[in-house]
Amino acid sequence: MPDTSVDHRAAPLPPGTEAPDFRLPSTPDQTLSLMEFRGQPVILVFYPEDWSPVCSDQLALYQELLPEFQKFNAELLGISVDGIWSHLAFAKDRNLEFPLLADFEPKGEVARTYQVYRAADGTSERALYVIDADGIVRWSYVSPVGINPGADGILRALESLEDGA
Amino acid sequence: MSTTQWESVLAVPVDEARDHIQGPPDAPVTLVEYGDYQCPYCGAAYPIVKEVQARLADGLRFVFRNFPITTAHPRAEQAAEAAEAAAAQGRFWEMHDLLYENQKRLRDEDLHGYAEQLGLDVERFDHDLAEHAHAPRVREDFMSGVRSGVNGTPTFYINGARHDDSYDFETLLAALQRAAAA
Repeated sequence: MPDTSVDHRAAPLPPGTEAPDFRLPSTPDQTLSLMEFRGQPVILVFYPEDWSPVCSDQLALYQELLPEFQKFNAELLGISVDGIWSHLAFAKDRNLEFPLLADFEPKGEVARTYQVYRAADGTSERALYVIDADGIVRWSYVSPVGINPGADGILRALESLEDGA
Repeated sequence: MSTTQWESVLAVPVDEARDHIQGPPDAPVTLVEYGDYQCPYCGAAYPIVKEVQARLADGLRFVFRNFPITTAHPRAEQAAEAAEAAAAQGRFWEMHDLLYENQKRLRDEDLHGYAEQLGLDVERFDHDLAEHAHAPRVREDFMSGVRSGVNGTPTFYINGARHDDSYDFETLLAALQRAAAA
């Protein structure tokens, strides 16, 4: 494991914050907005870059867990600063079936809004958000960039939404 | 900083009746591996685990649980089910070893061949695979891993705590020895 004692991870938007709306390309001719998913939980996965080893493992794990997320009626959205054609090739190569949104122009704008942009690298943090059906952030987490955060935190957050409902 | 922190610990304790286990129940150290038969890193870890088992002998209990990431490894699920089908005939570890020693040969006909090689009831084995009789068990392992913070394979737990360090022989052995002495 990389040394995590010296890291300068961003502080994500805290629970209770209204999740900022956004609209980003999900395919070359389609866009998705967060608002479209009002009424169901949304899992926002900010990841640094398509093709990097940790990102690939992390997203493969989430692909594997789509049926579990669906039990909560939750929608999973991946976001990185890569362009849409990179996303398409990456998703096809790695068999990913959930949307990958291109936070490409202006670069990293949504990541900035969610306080997870790494200006020095020009990419986002490896960050997770669980947003409830009313569009409120219920859980947020920034992982050290080199470490795959897994999925237990997401599942716990989704469960606590149900408990609170 | 994150807004939530927790330790990654084994969410489902080792169960002598359910788990696949090598080594005595009263061993001072238990090593649990979540592994994928098609994952090259697990393949690299396989001889290292054998080596620490040889070194620690009865001082170590080793447990293997399935964590197939089929999105990346399309044969991993069927291989995991093959190991479980062998387990149903009391031959889990032999199949586990064969799969790791033949990671690049995990087609259905390969799995069938390993069952023959082990002298299993091949008809029953083939039937189990075709019906996915052991898929629920594999998924149960997988989800117990997810809940334990498994984020890739292999992930190891030493006496229930996730081993976040390297799993080269020296590091793994030292971690096991530390746990034994604790």
